[in-house]
Amino acid sequence: MGASDVVITGIGIVSSLGLGADAHWQTLSQSGAEPSLEPERFAPYVVHPLPEIDWSTQIPKRGDQRQMETWQRLGTYTAGLALEDAGLKGDEALCATMDMAVAAGGGERDVAVDQAILDASLTRGDHDVLLNEKLTTELRPTLFLAQLSNLLAGNISIVHKVTGSSRTFMGEEGAGVSAIETAAARIRAGQSSHVLVGAAFQTEHPDMLLAYELAGYLQREEWSSVWERSSALGGGVITGSGAAFLVLESRAHSQERGREPYAAIGPVLSARIQRRSGTLSERLEEMSGALSQRRPLLAISGASGAHMPTQAERSMLDRTGKAVRGFSSLTGHLKEAQFPFAVALAALAIRNGQAYPVFDDRNEQPFDETPAEVLATTVGYHCFEGMCLVAKA
Amino acid sequence: MKTTDSFGRPLVAVTGMGVVTSLGQGKSDNWKALTEGRSGIHSITRFPTDYLATTIAGTVDFLPESSRGASLLTFTLADLATEEAVAEAGLPLSDFGGPLFLAAPPVELDWHHRLALYARSKREGDWRSLIEAARQANEGALFDETQFACIAGRLAEKYGTLGLPITLSTACASGATAIQLGMEAIRRGECDRALAIGADGSATAEALIRFSLLSALSTQNEPPEKASKPFSKDRDGFVLAEGSGALVLESLESALSRGAEIIGLMRGCGEKADDFHRTRSKPDGSPAIGAVRAALADAGMSEDEIEYINAHGTSTPENDKMEHLSLSTVFGERMRELPISSNKSMIGHTLSAAGAVEAVFSLMTMREEVIPPTINYENPDPAIELDVVPNVRREAEVATVLSNSFGFGGQNTCLVMAREAV
Repeated sequence: MGASDVVITGIGIVSSLGLGADAHWQTLSQSGAEPSLEPERFAPYVVHPLPEIDWSTQIPKRGDQRQMETWQRLGTYTAGLALEDAGLKGDEALCATMDMAVAAGGGERDVAVDQAILDASLTRGDHDVLLNEKLTTELRPTLFLAQLSNLLAGNISIVHKVTGSSRTFMGEEGAGVSAIETAAARIRAGQSSHVLVGAAFQTEHPDMLLAYELAGYLQREEWSSVWERSSALGGGVITGSGAAFLVLESRAHSQERGREPYAAIGPVLSARIQRRSGTLSERLEEMSGALSQRRPLLAISGASGAHMPTQAERSMLDRTGKAVRGFSSLTGHLKEAQFPFAVALAALAIRNGQAYPVFDDRNEQPFDETPAEVLATTVGYHCFEGMCLVAKA
Repeated sequence: MKTTDSFGRPLVAVTGMGVVTSLGQGKSDNWKALTEGRSGIHSITRFPTDYLATTIAGTVDFLPESSRGASLLTFTLADLATEEAVAEAGLPLSDFGGPLFLAAPPVELDWHHRLALYARSKREGDWRSLIEAARQANEGALFDETQFACIAGRLAEKYGTLGLPITLSTACASGATAIQLGMEAIRRGECDRALAIGADGSATAEALIRFSLLSALSTQNEPPEKASKPFSKDRDGFVLAEGSGALVLESLESALSRGAEIIGLMRGCGEKADDFHRTRSKPDGSPAIGAVRAALADAGMSEDEIEYINAHGTSTPENDKMEHLSLSTVFGERMRELPISSNKSMIGHTLSAAGAVEAVFSLMTMREEVIPPTINYENPDPAIELDVVPNVRREAEVATVLSNSFGFGGQNTCLVMAREAV
């Protein structure tokens, strides 16, 4: 235990299951939690939709809300939850020195404008001129910023006044891993004292589904547990809207301001494993083994449902004596937010001194001990891997 | 030689650099053009300019990939700069042995590909037919365009960088942030070297229109090479451009021990976010001032020790005014005499690449003892009293440089570089 240990002092999470850390704990610590699903709007794709959110509770100015598309609003809202939970919301001095690491997607395009261009393209051949004509006249000028990757962080600065620094990582699940890994490493090395880190993903937009489906990653027609995805129905991923933000601090910094941490974050491991070589499972085992040899160990898995990586991860978890909880069964795949969400759920189990009951009673085993440490994993549906050990602070 | 700084941290050297801009491929061609005061800005030929208010750009048009979409061009630009940098550093081209930090634009599925997919679909007037066509097509290249991790993944594979390659975006400060992340990793002792790249090949019609709708671009289309005029009274916006810069960052100790040539040192970096507005800076300039001061403090240097400033200098009315205000606050009266020039007067604004491209040029300025000019400086803004090294290069011994990067979303990142270790 040392002064520069990295501790988690604030959690903000949102998913189809509800708003905030407490709501998630209440739901997930009871047996038999059921997914919230939207089977119609994006059929044949099932998604886990956002719950109802009163944005103004975290983004009071209507003008600010209007400057963001849903993804940015969701992230800014959830960052507010984390700051509030950490007792930092409205603390001007501490927010002004607070660093920020955001994992961002983007690209919430104007569906109506795009469709109008696609339709018009069928009757004319001068597509490039068509693009100029439509985009110059139809695009809302502020849309560019409202869906631009680094503007989630920008909006967090504007709304919550977090202005120490602002770094945006991109690249699907790996961006969420890098954001936490970098934030934790900076704190450990004394390069930062407190960091807001997290991500948001809003799947309820056709382009968000299109990106997965360009490589056939989605499961169609019906929901099933992340451990029982059917290759007859597609690639195995079912997506969800959600977000996770954490306040990370050095132990010394949290003690100075008298905050009781949820948990501590040990080393964060990340990798770019060659998937074609067929060694994904073995390499994941090396990563997991480097973090903890404990058996049994509770593992909060961010498995996406994509067939190959999900099977590789699952077989590693089984081989190494993990009691696994695959939260994507209940929340859907949260893309950039997947790893921050896994770490948040792990920290809640540590704080409450209790493991989650199984999320899938056919494919997960009970864990009755009080967890002293919890493994959080995220294996990207297409690339990149990350893990960390969350332990009692 | 001492290999740690005044804070006891490993000093970070630069041992290899590569660059591509509209002026050409490689340091040699770029430096010749820059020091001759030549502009790379030209009329757009990549796509038709009907309906567009701005018809000029600093696109990189001389590569086979130039017309094949933003994602592929961004990769190619990064690849070419990296190859030059790694070769200069004398490191193996396929086994870099350190982490990768890539500043890249958030690119989306190219419109040509979206239209082609739709043409193949059932065309039922709904996005569903587009997704169904995408699923049927199952084309890896199209999928790659939608995955932000893809470009860095390919570079990591090719150059043998270690670990999960990081892709980042801090808007127009991205290139500087990539360098900063590399410096910090070396200072933490996580690695002996890091590859920092900024690349941007995203000057599509839609990108141009988006910036145009924000009134950010110059519309002085004739003649194109005169449009970018930082610090001039009649400046009216930036010129959208493409390019890439790559730097091999290495702990000085590691560089010396393998006998590598030291091009210069990354002495400090600093940042400060702005909470005022999405595209405008706080009127008092305090975030930019904070970023400059943080970079100086990180370098363990005082204002007096900076000998040249590589400006952000976008040629927008707002940026140049605020940059002047911020620098005058930090450097005081001395700011009137301290040389400052904007590479963007010649290469335009290379967006995600700018911080890295301009770091390469800053290091060359020290090494070659020549300050590239700010061209098109014919009508000085009387409210901005600066020595912008107007129109013609200046021979000067420069030991230290401050390079500024300020971006949309309140991103402010500054780098301090030095010629020598002490």
